[in-house]
Amino acid sequence: MKVTIDGIPVEVEPGTSILNAARQIGGDIVPPAMCYYSKLEGSGGKCRTCLVKVSKGSEKDPRPMPKLVASCRTTVMDGMEVQNITSPEVIEARKGVVEMLLINHPLDCPVCDQAGECHLQDLGFEHGAAKTRYEFDRRTFEKIDIGDKIQLHMTRCILCYRCVFTADQITNTRLHGILNRGDHSEISTYISKAIDNDFSGNVIDVCPVGALTDKTFRFKNRVWFTKPVDAHRDCDKCCGKTTLWYKGEDVIRVTGRKDVYGEVEEFICNTCRFDKKKTADWVIEGPRKISHKSVISSNHYEFIPLPVVKTNPVLMEANKEQFERDTRL
Amino acid sequence: MGRKLLLEHINVPGINTFDVYRSKGGYASVEKALKTMSPEAVVEEVKKSGLRGRGGAGFPTGMKWSFLAKPEGVARYLVCNADESEPGTFKDRYLMTYIPHLLIEGMITSSFALGANTSFIYVRGEMMPQIRILEKAIAEAKAKGFLGKNILGSGYDLELYVQPGGGAYICGEETALLESLEGKRGNPRIKPPFPAIAGLYGCPTVVNNVESIAAVVPIINEGGDEYAKLGIGRSTGTKLISAGGNLKKPGVYEIDLGLPVEEFLYSDEYCGGIANGKRLKAVVAGGSSVPILPANLILKTINNEPRLMSYESLADGGFVTGTMMGSGGFIAYDEDACIVRNTWNFARFYHHESCGQCSPCREGTGWMEKVLHRLEYGHGKQSDMDLLVDISKKIEGNTICPLGDAAAWPVASAIRHFRDEFEWHVTNANEATTRNYGLAHYADPLPKLESVAG
Repeated sequence: MKVTIDGIPVEVEPGTSILNAARQIGGDIVPPAMCYYSKLEGSGGKCRTCLVKVSKGSEKDPRPMPKLVASCRTTVMDGMEVQNITSPEVIEARKGVVEMLLINHPLDCPVCDQAGECHLQDLGFEHGAAKTRYEFDRRTFEKIDIGDKIQLHMTRCILCYRCVFTADQITNTRLHGILNRGDHSEISTYISKAIDNDFSGNVIDVCPVGALTDKTFRFKNRVWFTKPVDAHRDCDKCCGKTTLWYKGEDVIRVTGRKDVYGEVEEFICNTCRFDKKKTADWVIEGPRKISHKSVISSNHYEFIPLPVVKTNPVLMEANKEQFERDTRL
Repeated sequence: MGRKLLLEHINVPGINTFDVYRSKGGYASVEKALKTMSPEAVVEEVKKSGLRGRGGAGFPTGMKWSFLAKPEGVARYLVCNADESEPGTFKDRYLMTYIPHLLIEGMITSSFALGANTSFIYVRGEMMPQIRILEKAIAEAKAKGFLGKNILGSGYDLELYVQPGGGAYICGEETALLESLEGKRGNPRIKPPFPAIAGLYGCPTVVNNVESIAAVVPIINEGGDEYAKLGIGRSTGTKLISAGGNLKKPGVYEIDLGLPVEEFLYSDEYCGGIANGKRLKAVVAGGSSVPILPANLILKTINNEPRLMSYESLADGGFVTGTMMGSGGFIAYDEDACIVRNTWNFARFYHHESCGQCSPCREGTGWMEKVLHRLEYGHGKQSDMDLLVDISKKIEGNTICPLGDAAAWPVASAIRHFRDEFEWHVTNANEATTRNYGLAHYADPLPKLESVAG
């Protein structure tokens, strides 16, 4: 199936979502996604940051869609034409959504462990206004401990439901969900029951903001002072493939291997995440490649052009401007 | 005097019991459909009648039915949406309280048409008396052989269940209703897939309003063509209107679609005018979600034609000078009503009822509520009106379900038509907390208003 996103054509499998089609192209035209997570079934459609305009429905039915659609949950049709950053309407709507996401967010980035790898921070920087128009008290909650290793700080939560889907997928019983509704809804392990599941730590990785944090890493360091290194170990519970975050000689944090969209390649178990914090526990593979645009790589190393542009001559031509910008840097 | 189809026998004593209802010609449509018609023929009649969904959106019921997927070996469901919680609308409750068998009869006929063997009536949790009434009516119908196995010897089986809701407005949205019916949190689903393809338990499902299902009864009894003769244009048949607010005779009225709004408001047969000799200031024509209109625009369209109670005429002028039929919750405000307070009240409702799933609605409804609260209590600023319009634009159309639109429209329209009243609340903050702005120019003849309205 052929789809055109912001004028760039791409061939995709039937059943692909617009967002994933855009990710196959890569670059600036990929809509941001706060709630969609490809590894989590049923996620997406909630945050509305990935809204795009479908200016041509399909080859068969060329009518445009009446409203902006959530690209993460809309499947492509043959001949569909999508506008993302080329449509002022989309940019305007996205600005609105970012503003809405931020009005009840505490904006405590200076003391938040997620700062530097926070998707809301990136989004706010890109689309948000410098000043807020919201003049009322923000919603606040008490911090909750989920087990002894994870802390939930609901005040920062944007209710993307990713952790709820994660908990649904790793456990058989529903221990993790949403209480209340509207802007007083909150994530809760039902009546503060801890999830003692071997994979519960993954809720930290999927959280796009700093609402769920690793208590073994809390306030230890800023993410841009640490160096990510890929490593693996033989683990009887999970794949054992992780990223170690080094400060000097010490492993101060272990996470799953996150790609450029913040999605882990595979979920890892709590033993790998929380208990194996010595270099001797791991087989080191080499430095983790982080996009040079990310603040995490601010202290270090190499640049790579976008992989898809490097390999696909058609896209290389179409994406020339961006390619030049990326290689120039 | 319009013809009554649904409320014809409403004043007969004991009409809520099976025997009296039957003696008045009740359950004739079930006999007719099951004994002489094929399911396809029933759907065809409903299509011919031009019946439009009475829940708010006005989507043609027959077309909705024909979209229902019919894969082999998969159950189909009919779900009746009785989660009526729109502020200003109370027609379904009235129908279920006084003439429950009409709904049961409609459910049997409609389920037969759709080939559903299990059907549900999802009733709002607060309506406990109506739930008991319906359950009693179902038991009566079952005892007489109109429900259960092999109804009237036709070989058609139907089980009908009443499901109380948990008391959330959002569960009136069809996909949220299905989630709630399945026992989950009532969050609207992301469409597509539509319920006609994958609804309740992943099976094809039709969700219809109480009044739409009840209207199937006269359609089958008299034929779709006969029904389509009532009404005007594409708005066929009769409609229940829940008239409320500052009226002499509030209540549920059955009207022929196409009745002039002026006649409905002022004639003694219907609302009988504004109570206490006051003058009309504004009308919300179809439940709290639809745009509010000032007195001059509700009686006449912008082209100076009389406005009629029909889907098309109420929508004449689009969002700029028109409104919508909605669910038929007709609320009239007299000159003493404060539009700012009313708008705040609606915003408070939507803030309370937003499910919190998608961000524009979750955060935006709360924001609007807070700004309107500030305005109403005399702490507003001149820039607040533009801010509210901007927030409502950011919500509208960007949400998963129509609740976002429903929250945005009343605010946007109130500011569009009553901006000077909002401004008065800012400039005369102290006065605004003790007295109302009054009628002002809202009932003036139209041409003067054109620049404000346009």
